[in-house]
Amino acid sequence: MDLELLIGIFPQVLLDGLILGFMYALIALGYTMVYGVLEFINFAHSEIFVVGAFVGVEILLTFKALGWIDLISPFLILLIVLLLGMLASGLLAVTVERIAYRPLRGAPRLIPLISAIGVSFFLQDAVRLFESIWRNAFNLVYPTMETLNFRFTITETIDVSVKSLVVIVASLLMLWGLHVLVNRTKIGKAIRAVAEDQATASLMGINVNRMISLTFLIGGAMGGAAGVLFGVQYSLINPYTGFIPGLKAFTAAVLGGIGNIPGAMLGGLVLGLLEAFAASYLSLLTGGAFGAEYKDIFAFSILILILIFRPKGLLGEVVRERA
Amino acid sequence: MRHARFRFVLVALAALALVLPWGAETPAQSKGTIKIATQSPLSGGQAALGEGIKLGTQLAVDKLKGPLEKMGFKVELVPFDDQAKPDVGVANAANIIADKDILLVVGHLNSGVAIPSSEKYKESQLAMISPANTNPTVTDRNYLNVSRVCGRDDVQGSVGADFAKSKNYKSAYVIHDKTTYGQGVAEFFKADAEKKGIKVLGFEGTEEKSNFDPILTPIKAKNPDVIYFGGIYDQAAPFFKQAREKGIKAAFMGPDGMDSSDLTKIAGTAVKGMFYTSVAGPVSVYPAAKDFAKEYKDKFKKDPEPFAAQAYDAAAIGMKAIEVAAKAAGGKVPSREQVSVAVRKTKHTGLTGAVEFDDKGDPKKALYFVLQVASEDPAKWGENKEVKRLSIAAPPLKKS
Repeated sequence: MDLELLIGIFPQVLLDGLILGFMYALIALGYTMVYGVLEFINFAHSEIFVVGAFVGVEILLTFKALGWIDLISPFLILLIVLLLGMLASGLLAVTVERIAYRPLRGAPRLIPLISAIGVSFFLQDAVRLFESIWRNAFNLVYPTMETLNFRFTITETIDVSVKSLVVIVASLLMLWGLHVLVNRTKIGKAIRAVAEDQATASLMGINVNRMISLTFLIGGAMGGAAGVLFGVQYSLINPYTGFIPGLKAFTAAVLGGIGNIPGAMLGGLVLGLLEAFAASYLSLLTGGAFGAEYKDIFAFSILILILIFRPKGLLGEVVRERA
Repeated sequence: MRHARFRFVLVALAALALVLPWGAETPAQSKGTIKIATQSPLSGGQAALGEGIKLGTQLAVDKLKGPLEKMGFKVELVPFDDQAKPDVGVANAANIIADKDILLVVGHLNSGVAIPSSEKYKESQLAMISPANTNPTVTDRNYLNVSRVCGRDDVQGSVGADFAKSKNYKSAYVIHDKTTYGQGVAEFFKADAEKKGIKVLGFEGTEEKSNFDPILTPIKAKNPDVIYFGGIYDQAAPFFKQAREKGIKAAFMGPDGMDSSDLTKIAGTAVKGMFYTSVAGPVSVYPAAKDFAKEYKDKFKKDPEPFAAQAYDAAAIGMKAIEVAAKAAGGKVPSREQVSVAVRKTKHTGLTGAVEFDDKGDPKKALYFVLQVASEDPAKWGENKEVKRLSIAAPPLKKS
């Protein structure tokens, strides 16, 4: 075994894992926030994420067609794309809640879950239909922006691209913003109150429906931002791209303790790092016997172990049974 | 309300009753319908190639159905979408063998789909002629009804390794997509490369479609001369793109799964100049295919994708065989088995050269190409340079 190689790539793997982890964290927030207030899993969230990615690529392609992409600073373009992607995904999430979940609010908990799966299929194929008519394409590619692909070389094997830094900085800013919103503002307090107890919250003069819509808006916007960043980082998207990241992010939310916002962030990072390390190191450590294709098995085995010892997740608290 | 609706249904039924017998009466002198099915991915990430197979066959049916029609048959094309998924292909195959009019299948694109689907066709000895499946198992099962007009991966892998050696690459890193086709050709490449003294630094399978970072990091550290991707362009293109963006300088190589303009559409400059082996050269290398390319473009408003000409040839061979079998059967619709037997005996000079089958269904001699991507512009995919062309006999069946 080549020890020098193993140590040499360590910082790069750490960086890969962090980027992936932040992406998972942003998506996981959508799952965990909705679970926090409604106690059901919004399986359509992976499609909310994909719609963000598609809105992003459409705007970028339009900019490219208009020739603006070389005129405006790429960071400004990215900011515009990010904001519009967040807006589109957020509004879509609110609409989905209004149409598919709110009429089922009183139903047994499995019913909105089924509804969510239905919405997920609907959105996948709606995106596919739209893109096949609009661009006659299945796979869409984020246009390359040279400035974002520039790499800072640190050592011979390690370098950081501008876009990786952008992904990390943008994720950190959003996670921090969400933290402030939920914990330091009146709106955040109202959301937390609704999560705690809807009936009492409404007695205290909180508009429960509006707070639930707001939760979907914020969660959807985070998902949309993750979609745009995913596209910028990995460049290729198709209508079914959301499934796997969505599943992983859901896992991350459970790992962190579902319903718990810092937990979702932590869970995302842990899962991203586990995956990156497994994919990069498994074949090196086992001499090729177990390759990168076993990364999910490895990562999920560790997850199971963690959950055996901490069934409520890393930061999860014991949920009180409601009387 | 209800009454009105009922009456409407009655009227509609009456109208149908008037129309239907008329439709059925036109081919009154017809001795039956012969259907030719295609199976290829028409939706999803590989639809570009799959559609080429369908359209190539369609062109062949439209152009060459004359002799069969003269014998009094109606000839129809029925396209199926296998979505590049084995389960869908097999389900379609069950529908295909249930339709007694279907005498020939032109397909598939993916070996992993063709192999299980052809097990179904075999139940009724329905002839399948493959324009594109290169995995050795396709014909090594020695089924009477399964033939192909293209080369094989064991040969293609070693053609690739040969070429890598001739480019003086000292070390290689091999990635594959874990499908029957991709892993198969990657293993043949690896085995032959090692035999020729190229050091294989890693062999890795992945189903990942978007995030290749964790696989690329060790590759970058090991710094191979060449990366070989055994797989298909929709996965290889983002892989190559991310590899270049990560600063990996190795040369890129791949098998015929790279052969689609979508490769450059996705990966752009990253794949400019890369080499790939193929069992199907671009239409421009076949002198006989010039008219075909023009007609294809006029009719479908796009350039033929790779394998479209092979699909045309496969359909032509099949229709010739159906004609021979029908004559032998006394001018009646032949049985599926009779068609399968006739296919094997058919000698045909088509767009992509002369095809003659050996007794397991491989062409006795197949062409193999090494091609180089000429430009990052997907519209210029047809201009890819032919670097090398070899005519190699199919290896005989191994006795086990």
